[in-house]
Amino acid sequence: MQRLLNWFTQVYAVGILNLRTLPQRFGSSAATVVGVAGVVMVFVAVLSIGEGFRATLTETGSPATALVMRTGADTEMMSLVSLEDSRIIQDAPGIGRTPSNGPLASPEMLVLVDVPKISTGTAANVPLRGVTPVAFEVRPKLKMVAGRKFVPGRNEIIVGAGALREFAGLQMGDTKQWGRTDWIVVGVFTDGGSVAESEIWADLNVLQGAYNRGTIVSDVYARLVSPGDFEKFKAALTTDPRLSVRVVRETEYFAEQSTTLTNIVTRLGFLIAAMMGVGAVFGAINTMYSAVATRTREIATLRALGFGGGPVVISVVAESILLALVGGLIGGTIAYVVFNGYHASTINWRSFSQVAFAFRVTPALLIQGFVYSVAIGLVGGVFPAVRAARTSVAAALREL
Amino acid sequence: MRFMPLIWGSLRRKRVRTFFTLLSIIVAFLMFGYLAAVRSAFDIGVQIAGVDRLVLTHKTSIILPLPLSYQDRIANVPGVVDVANATWFGGIYQDPKNFFAQMAVDPERYLRLYPEFLIPEEQKKTWMADRTGAIVGRYLVDKYHWKIGDRIPLTSPWQKKDGSNTWEFTIDGIYDGATKTTDTTQFIFHWKYLDEARTRRNGYVGWYIIRISPPDQAPEIVKRIDGIFANSDNETKTSTEKAFMQGFAKQVGNIGAIITAILSVVFFVILLVAGNTMMQSMRERITELAVLKTLGFSNSLILTLVLCESLLMALLGGALGLSLAWLLISRGDPTNGALPIFFMPTSSAVMGVVITLLLGLATGTLPAVQAMRLRVVEALRRA
Repeated sequence: MQRLLNWFTQVYAVGILNLRTLPQRFGSSAATVVGVAGVVMVFVAVLSIGEGFRATLTETGSPATALVMRTGADTEMMSLVSLEDSRIIQDAPGIGRTPSNGPLASPEMLVLVDVPKISTGTAANVPLRGVTPVAFEVRPKLKMVAGRKFVPGRNEIIVGAGALREFAGLQMGDTKQWGRTDWIVVGVFTDGGSVAESEIWADLNVLQGAYNRGTIVSDVYARLVSPGDFEKFKAALTTDPRLSVRVVRETEYFAEQSTTLTNIVTRLGFLIAAMMGVGAVFGAINTMYSAVATRTREIATLRALGFGGGPVVISVVAESILLALVGGLIGGTIAYVVFNGYHASTINWRSFSQVAFAFRVTPALLIQGFVYSVAIGLVGGVFPAVRAARTSVAAALREL
Repeated sequence: MRFMPLIWGSLRRKRVRTFFTLLSIIVAFLMFGYLAAVRSAFDIGVQIAGVDRLVLTHKTSIILPLPLSYQDRIANVPGVVDVANATWFGGIYQDPKNFFAQMAVDPERYLRLYPEFLIPEEQKKTWMADRTGAIVGRYLVDKYHWKIGDRIPLTSPWQKKDGSNTWEFTIDGIYDGATKTTDTTQFIFHWKYLDEARTRRNGYVGWYIIRISPPDQAPEIVKRIDGIFANSDNETKTSTEKAFMQGFAKQVGNIGAIITAILSVVFFVILLVAGNTMMQSMRERITELAVLKTLGFSNSLILTLVLCESLLMALLGGALGLSLAWLLISRGDPTNGALPIFFMPTSSAVMGVVITLLLGLATGTLPAVQAMRLRVVEALRRA
């Protein structure tokens, strides 16, 4: 017990000595801190793109909402459902009711329109969704934040907050010409940060007319009584011989849609972070080697006095980890302050349409960054520490 | 050059330190080379766009179809040399995750417009004669291990007249790209098969590809073509293939800016690390430098020696880093399918070398100037 206590005291003493002499090695220590800060900042920033995109697409979907599309369609854009089919779908079991006892099933039509993207000035594919009034009840989080909803039958559109931010010419009162029709913006809406905020909405019948679609829609959004009703809802529709449809939960559909981009960002992000991390490790090793080199005499004196090799190693590694952790904290904080909530939009490769999202620095990401910085500090400190402990005392004292 | 041993010797003074600084520089250039390939891959559509090709889509929205009857009218426009059509199929092969471009085309015309798709003559003949046949690019063959003769089923929202949504194709040929940047990720089949069997949009195609001559008259020809269809039921928007691809690239976002930002951070950090090492190394050698001066080495010679030392380190690190990047890049697409054309552009390699030199100069200048200005007496006293 006495030996253990003794050992801890030694570690503490050497550790304090290291820290007290840190100002002497300010230059190289600062270099390590900055290096690790840079690594963690880039790591967190790049991965926050994927997190933000994924969050917009997945966390905002509801497991109680189901999409019914044509068999074989992997996106709403490619799907076509006839009027009779949408009526059959509306009668399926499990669907919730509106206050006026109608089914909570919304037939919708999704097309793409060309709108200039503000950040690049060039045209982008923005989703234009034709809906009926029940669509607003199928999406409980949706609310108007400016203006009013469109009046059915009129060439009016409402824009999502994300679309308004990213694309040009969608202010209240602006007119857009698509095809032979002029549309006027009458309102702005939000939907809890979901992908609907990247869309423009119009009246279904007017849109069908403008695009010569007759009475065909893309799909039906159904709000079920509870998430557990999904199975019976799906079974009823897929076994119906009159229909040829694919039924999927909104959450699953969004997850499918986001895989390509999240995949790219995550893989590239980790690759970049790995390479930077390796570089940072070398930087840290360098710093610690020089840290040890300038204190060769001190360390040798300590050892001559009786301090064990172990405490020396631990104190050097601890110093390295401390420097790296400080760097990690700085890098993480900068990443959070600068990047969290940063708005951007990009193309969803699956449906070729734009999705507005915000970079998202999550606590999990920050923790990953810190762990990474500790790892860098650890690896960076080990070799110099061991070397410091192994040099024979006499040789070290001789090094003036 | 006769001072090479001196420079070499000073680098080997603290071998461990030199080694690790070198490693940091190697990593920085590894990142540079690799990210240059990533940036190029995102942009690739723009780079491989044909100089004499135009793309014609529906003006209102890219997803609206165009009548096949437009084809002959386009062909009659002065400046138009050839026209082909294509239609997006959007089918699923086994799993929605297996995404690749499937296009229904007019076979003769499409291959004429894309001469960079190389296919053996007999395979081409078989395909022309086989209504349900398809030719696929080398990339798809490698990824899914297909062979000629395989029957590939695709589920698609296009419903066939018999009520099913499954379309079957036979692989009649495999095409390769003329250059390493040619797109070999396409699955191409007969439009007639699609149009005859589908229940709607019959007589319509997705978009047109037009070859013009001479290429520099593109703006006028574009105006002419769009003018013919203005005010019709299906207005058109024609652009050069390059502008069309750029539009898509821009929709992804400013990848170039992001990568430049990352690389700036990386190089800034490396600069700090390497610069710091050089300064430290100089500080340790003040006595030696003073001795050299006493021996008669001129100030400018000392400056050159120090600069050469940092340049040597930078060049060594840069060369190794770029070579490693090249090796890593040749292992292929890191995103498993999203960036099929992946290689290091020569311009980036050249830029890498330039940056190496700049790095060497930047890290060496301050210590070199300090060394040059050293006053012998003070320096020797400091020891």
